[in-house]
Amino acid sequence: MNRLLWPFAGFIVLVAFLAVGLTLKPSELPSPLIDKPAPNFSLPQLKSPENVFTSESMKGQVWLLNVWASWCAACLDEHPVISELANSGVVPIIGLNYKDVRSEAIAWLGRYGDSYTLSVSDTRGRVGIDFGVYGVPETFVIDKQGMIRHKHIGPVTQSAVRDTLLPLIRELQQ
Amino acid sequence: MIAEFGHFTLILTLLVAGAQGALTLPGAANGNAAWIAFARPAARIQFALVSLAFLSLTWAFITKDFSVAYVAENSNSRLPLFYRIAAVWGGHEGSLLLWVLMQTGWACAVSMLSRQLPEPMVARVLGVLGLVNAGFLLFVLLTSNPFERLTPAPLEGLDLNPLLQDIGLIFHPPLLYMGYVGFSVVFAFAVAALLAGRLDAAWARWSRPWATAAWLFLTLGIAVGSWWAYYELGWGGWWFWDPVENSSFIPWLVGTALIHSLAVTEKRNSFKSWTVLLAISTFSLSLLGAFLVRSGVLTSVHAFATDPRRGVFLLLLFAVVVGASLLLYAVRAPKVGLGGRFDFISRESLLLVNNVLMAVAAGSVLLGTLYPLFIDALGLGKISVGPPYFNAIFVPLMVPALLLMAVGPIANWKSAKLPAMLKRLYIPAFLAVAFGIGVPLALGRWSLLVALGVSLATWIGVAVVIGIYERMKATRSGLFSQPLSWLGMHVAHLGIAVFVVGVTLVMGYETEEDVSMAPGQTVQVGGYDLKFIGVRKVPGPNYVADMGDFEMFRDGASMGLLHPEKRTYASSAMPMTEAAIDANGLRHVYVALGEPLGDGAWSVRVYYKPFVDWIWGGCLLMALGGLLAISDRRYRLKRKARDASVALKGATS
Repeated sequence: MNRLLWPFAGFIVLVAFLAVGLTLKPSELPSPLIDKPAPNFSLPQLKSPENVFTSESMKGQVWLLNVWASWCAACLDEHPVISELANSGVVPIIGLNYKDVRSEAIAWLGRYGDSYTLSVSDTRGRVGIDFGVYGVPETFVIDKQGMIRHKHIGPVTQSAVRDTLLPLIRELQQ
Repeated sequence: MIAEFGHFTLILTLLVAGAQGALTLPGAANGNAAWIAFARPAARIQFALVSLAFLSLTWAFITKDFSVAYVAENSNSRLPLFYRIAAVWGGHEGSLLLWVLMQTGWACAVSMLSRQLPEPMVARVLGVLGLVNAGFLLFVLLTSNPFERLTPAPLEGLDLNPLLQDIGLIFHPPLLYMGYVGFSVVFAFAVAALLAGRLDAAWARWSRPWATAAWLFLTLGIAVGSWWAYYELGWGGWWFWDPVENSSFIPWLVGTALIHSLAVTEKRNSFKSWTVLLAISTFSLSLLGAFLVRSGVLTSVHAFATDPRRGVFLLLLFAVVVGASLLLYAVRAPKVGLGGRFDFISRESLLLVNNVLMAVAAGSVLLGTLYPLFIDALGLGKISVGPPYFNAIFVPLMVPALLLMAVGPIANWKSAKLPAMLKRLYIPAFLAVAFGIGVPLALGRWSLLVALGVSLATWIGVAVVIGIYERMKATRSGLFSQPLSWLGMHVAHLGIAVFVVGVTLVMGYETEEDVSMAPGQTVQVGGYDLKFIGVRKVPGPNYVADMGDFEMFRDGASMGLLHPEKRTYASSAMPMTEAAIDANGLRHVYVALGEPLGDGAWSVRVYYKPFVDWIWGGCLLMALGGLLAISDRRYRLKRKARDASVALKGATS
């Protein structure tokens, strides 16, 4: 093959991806962790690092783990939705501050509001790896027994809260 | 009526652009002089028509004609006049009209400044530009008509997005689009040369000033955008690796490679096939940027309102324009000869390394930007790739590029002598090490990254100064009697050095305080004391502001007041932060109001940013270098020489 066709071939692949990208909306991925016990972790709290938060302490209630970072544009996108859900008091939301600089994360919360029950610092991303985080943001629904029941990839939207998260949370809280 | 008139002129422009493409390209292929002669007037008519359309829309904004949907969505009767004018390009439809205006403006400029070119070449270039323009006009008319009416007309407009009510909006998009669209000229030159089967040094010489002009506008556009984000978003950062920022930065990197590669093609007739590919790529990546921003495939703070039809149309346009030109490249480029040979140590090989580094950097930024999209397309969800990736990839690539920047200009074409070059690098190397160790120590805290940045900047800066000095000594003439393109190169390189100093020192020594303050309290940052006096309500034309009063002290002496604001616009629930900045060229003291905490207390964010102005100062120097380069006499001499020969011919025949 003419080697000068390579740029064209690469371009075709790019266009194919862009075309598929146009048709797709934020989609859900069946995670291998669904219906498996959530990995246990102990991490320092973001705002008071001397206190350690352990996931064991959430046993007995339904909660959300929201992976976020101050460098993540999509997190800013979902932030009002997450805040509204947290302020409604339906479910505690723990923020997993992923691969972030502590001061920047705190500044980010100061700027856009902090409705999390609390956030923990996963500075090196170890807990994120255990949870199979591809990228930020991601949100996990964890039930009373500590099982992951749902994983939302990408910014949580109003409709995702209304149609998926809230019904599931209510069902799990029964 | 005026809106319908604007709409009508756009339809007329589409017809002229289509006819231009349909007549001049076959005309150039068959040598039909009448069809070839159509190219220039057609380009000028398009510019005149689109100018009329643009003025019509501007008029609708000035007269607050809210029966035009776009005007109603992007302005308000209380919006001040200059923002109403800038609001013309504040939304999707109007900014596309601005794009088309500039597209036709560049084509019109080509029609006026191309007397030294053979007529068939002009016809081909303008024909290609006409086709690209027709594509964009179709896009505007079919999916994004800014002249659409609203019935019944609302009494009041929704108002311009408060984030955009800023001096930055007036300059940022026009400069940026001038850059993006300017590369279409170089693209058209490349396609025309491929069509003609004529890729030679002359082609590179014609393309060079156009490429440099587009590059200088893009540089300014990116710099203004960065400055705007810095003070308007209130985040205190100057670059966020946001997908939209990246989609302007990728063409900049490739464009930088292009202007260097064009130099080789012009002087040594080498790199021809690579230069053509770069010329095609630069504009293609500008188009890709337009697609990414306007189709909604990526999440970004800049996102325009999206409509699925727009994404599909833009993708089609992108596929046709880029696909056709890359196919043409694959078919025609093999006929291009190899050009002059060169040694391992020569200016050519150094510029080749520069090109490889720029292309790899552009590729990695592109990959990081599109990675979320690839993951999405493979059905793996939407994610965000952040600064950790970009910084990790980008910095190591730029270090060798900066190192070579002092070496390239002193290397000879074809074959350079290493010992002679080394001799000229002793002083920059010595000073680079000295400053690299000394500056961080003098500033109080030593760190490897600061030392590296300062060393590299010194290395480049000193090499530039010595280079200019030696040339002045050798030619026994003053600074301004040197060739301007040569001077422009050095000024632009100096700009890079200034930029590197700014980035390094800001990253190394900025300090940030997030505090809650009650009136009367003082916060200290970077050796300054800021006293919080209080917050009062101040009404603006279409907003109400909470304006803070801060008094700044240095060693107990007052240095004036700072007034950060928190504005609540009538049209938007989200309050806007207006930071207050005290700048003196060497540092910024930056104050922004956070949230009210009750009892007159506020959360306050204060930054001390040393040398942050140097970041944008460096960009200005780069653009100035570009301006010097395109003002070089040799681009104009050619024309005069040709005019003289034509006159001579006329006289003898």
